[in-house]
Amino acid sequence: MSVDIAPLVMSPPPSVLQGRRQPRWALGASVVIAVVIALASSVFTGIDGVAGTAVVAAIAFVVIYIGWSLRLEGRRHATDRFATTLITTALVCALVPLVSVLWTVLERGLAVLNLAFLTNSMRNVSARSTGGGLFHALIGTIEQVALASLVAVPIGVLTAIYLVEYGRGRAATAISFFVDVMVGVPSIVAGLFIFTGLVLTLGLPRSGLAASFALAILMLPVVSRTTEEMLRVVPNDLREASYALGIPKWRTITKVVLPSALAGIITGAMLAVARVTGETAPLLLTTFLTQSVNTNPVEGPQASIPTFVWDQITSGTAASLARAWGGALVLILFVTVLYATARLVSWWFTGRRGMGVH
Amino acid sequence: MTTHGDLVARGSRAASTSSGESLGDRVFRGLTLSAGLFMVTIMGAIAVFLVWRAVPALNNNSGSFFTTTSWLPDQTPPIFGIAALLFGTLMTAGLALLLAVPVGVAVALYVSHYATPRIGKSLGFVVDLLAAVPSIIFGLWGLAVLMPNTGGLFKWLNDYLGFIPILQNTTGIYTKSMLLAGVVLAIMILPTVSSVSREVLVQTPRMDVEAALAVGATKWETMRMVVLPFGRPGIISAAILGLGRALGETIAVAIILSALFEINWRITEPGGNTFAANIALKWNEAGTNGIPALVASGLVLFLITLAVNMVARLIVQRRRTKEGTR
Amino acid sequence: MSLDLSAPTDRTAVPSVPVVPSVPSAAPLRSGHSMAKRIDISDLRAYYRDFLAVDGVTLSVEPRSVTAFIGPSGCGKSTVLRTLNRMHEVIPGAWVDGKVLLDGEDIYADSIDPVNVRRTIGMVFQRPNPFPTMSVYENVAAGLKLDGRRRRKSELDDVVEQSLRSSNLWAEVKDRLSRPGAGLSGGQQQRLCIARAIAVQPQVLLMDEPCSALDPISTLAIEDLIESLKESYTIVIVTHNMQQAARVSDTTAFFNLSAPGQPGRLVESGPTRTIFTTPTEKATEDYISGRFG
Repeated sequence: MSVDIAPLVMSPPPSVLQGRRQPRWALGASVVIAVVIALASSVFTGIDGVAGTAVVAAIAFVVIYIGWSLRLEGRRHATDRFATTLITTALVCALVPLVSVLWTVLERGLAVLNLAFLTNSMRNVSARSTGGGLFHALIGTIEQVALASLVAVPIGVLTAIYLVEYGRGRAATAISFFVDVMVGVPSIVAGLFIFTGLVLTLGLPRSGLAASFALAILMLPVVSRTTEEMLRVVPNDLREASYALGIPKWRTITKVVLPSALAGIITGAMLAVARVTGETAPLLLTTFLTQSVNTNPVEGPQASIPTFVWDQITSGTAASLARAWGGALVLILFVTVLYATARLVSWWFTGRRGMGVH
Repeated sequence: MTTHGDLVARGSRAASTSSGESLGDRVFRGLTLSAGLFMVTIMGAIAVFLVWRAVPALNNNSGSFFTTTSWLPDQTPPIFGIAALLFGTLMTAGLALLLAVPVGVAVALYVSHYATPRIGKSLGFVVDLLAAVPSIIFGLWGLAVLMPNTGGLFKWLNDYLGFIPILQNTTGIYTKSMLLAGVVLAIMILPTVSSVSREVLVQTPRMDVEAALAVGATKWETMRMVVLPFGRPGIISAAILGLGRALGETIAVAIILSALFEINWRITEPGGNTFAANIALKWNEAGTNGIPALVASGLVLFLITLAVNMVARLIVQRRRTKEGTR
Repeated sequence: MSLDLSAPTDRTAVPSVPVVPSVPSAAPLRSGHSMAKRIDISDLRAYYRDFLAVDGVTLSVEPRSVTAFIGPSGCGKSTVLRTLNRMHEVIPGAWVDGKVLLDGEDIYADSIDPVNVRRTIGMVFQRPNPFPTMSVYENVAAGLKLDGRRRRKSELDDVVEQSLRSSNLWAEVKDRLSRPGAGLSGGQQQRLCIARAIAVQPQVLLMDEPCSALDPISTLAIEDLIESLKESYTIVIVTHNMQQAARVSDTTAFFNLSAPGQPGRLVESGPTRTIFTTPTEKATEDYISGRFG
């Protein structure tokens, strides 16, 4: 093998390791100057409001900080700093709404939240007057979500079992495909389907039950997906050991595989529940709103927390809006408790059994 | 290489040679298969029922379903069309994407490559918290907090950038606009875009990043040369998933927009309507022809989101086969 | 290149005092026509947060020579290598104390731009890592395109060809320059990485176990390449293969851990022949003769 080597014949570049660096305090200084400029200029441009001032400050900062870097360090480093600035700004833009939403809900919700709010319904309370509560909505949500889970969790888990333990043919491919597609169905379409399919065609009345069916459709693909993932994590050695003992497949699944994936399955189911608890649109189509308590999900109008909030917003009065915030707070608390419990269950099971199914 | 399927087959054979495919096995298998087929049936049923119930309205529509902007299905003669709805849906979703994808990808970049691992994890978790907030709360917040605070900014847009027709405002009112709805939608789909992008960006092989740095690249040049090209397929599917969510979002939009049935390109002016929001708002006052008309619009929404999701799936499939040959 | 064991041994120790720089380090250096530079490491300590990974290294690397870092795994030889082109600090929390002088200029001085350091001191990694989304041509040109100077296509073509020739890869890839870099064999990919590194005209080449992921034939090809490259560059190579160090290097530095959990340190360094035939330290002798490591 002849070696084709040619020494690099090029004029050597000037090797300058040095580069002027922007001082560390430049960042802080630029921020301060930019904020000052923004506040001062609101006099001239008439931009009030937090959003506008923030934008002006951001632009001023970029001009100062990056311009400084450009002059001192050159184009490449200025571009690098500009990119870092943009990325950090994006992060702030992402965090600000979250903080704002949570803060506003807490602030305005707590103003309304008290024992009376939780234990009274809106019966005989007019939109204009203060007082009243969401007890009727609380009952409704609990019932509807419970019924939805009752339907969705078994079917979702069974489907996942089929896909993981049995699925090899065209049926499995088709089912997997449709589960995927189902994840993307908008919640209002689920409501439309239950309405056209069950209410119009089969005569099921608009009720809490109809609502729970709509919620079940939204939960099904999520439960199926997460259960599938949890089942796939279970090592095959477990299954093989069981078969080697002569245990039939269905018992292997129910006695060996499912228990070891149980923590993850429960967590997945609870996360699915947390997600549908806040759904409003399908409920609007499948139930009638009411201001009173109705513990019967099978007939009659039934309220729920999301529709309660919606109702209060559309009532338009100041008192109603305050109640809407109260409902929003209760909703967030509900969802938080569900998420936290899901994590707790996962942690408890994993810690107790020592099996890392996460 | 033994696949999971082979093991499954081996297992079933082992089980059957020792005890025969017992009744229990057959029943259980049938049970799980039915569950799976049930889900398939549901999807089919959705399509069937939507079409069935939409047809009566489509048949006696005096206007053209696709090009009419007004929505009067209970009038005699009924005139309704989805032109304004389609425009509004695409416009708000488009605005949401325009805002959410750069921010989401930037956040994903920050969490995966700019922050230390521990901070990155916490930040990622916090951004994901946004996903847990129900949409009605975003609508409420958008109405009560964002709307009063953005009027000044939108006015400024009109005053200084009003030569761009889309940013012009001829009404002097800056609330309940499609731009605002787009912003709220963007906030709602941000966690989706960000977390899916993050999953991909985090997998950039460390040695490729080091190779770029070792050849004398700055951090941003490394992102541009190595990290972003590597993550591009994932980012695209993140965007499409976000789009799917934005198209179907109902309540937040319904609260914010001041439903007008017109095609108005000036996005800071009040007005606009989307498929989903329209259904929610018009549902309870809809009459015997109104409901089928709304169902028809729901059908269109269903088909659009179906198409979007299939495209996302295709892209993921294509990436998987490409990586298989690498 | 075999060891001549009968030759009289040279027992001169490597100077532990760094060469006094003749140029004040504040002024930017302009090199003459010599492309390779000398490196003087002075009391270098490498940390990962509070953990001292490598203690007090003092060593000189002559220009246009090959220096090998050998030692058992975990002793810090790769860490020290990465401090030479300021790649160590890329890891979050990692930092360095001490001096690394490139022709008298401390690369860790405040006024130094790490980006320029990495351009001047190139690196080739253990596993070949051509940029996956780029073609062969784009891989070699990647570093060049960064400095923002607009180059004519013909100029770029020339540099790419020269770099590929210098890394003995031109003949094999000249008809497939636009094909993905990742489609080459392991040995070819590594030579591509070498071409990429030398395309930006560095003074020094650092190689971190460049052959450990390659088959024996590719390994020999790379070793031949190193032999020819040392005419133009200063080369430092980390290797866990002692025979390779003996074949390829002029100077060898032996690193070791004093005890598990203790920081690594430089035990001994000197001309390769000396280290391998008559090392001064017992630990070196034990390692060379295979008693550990």
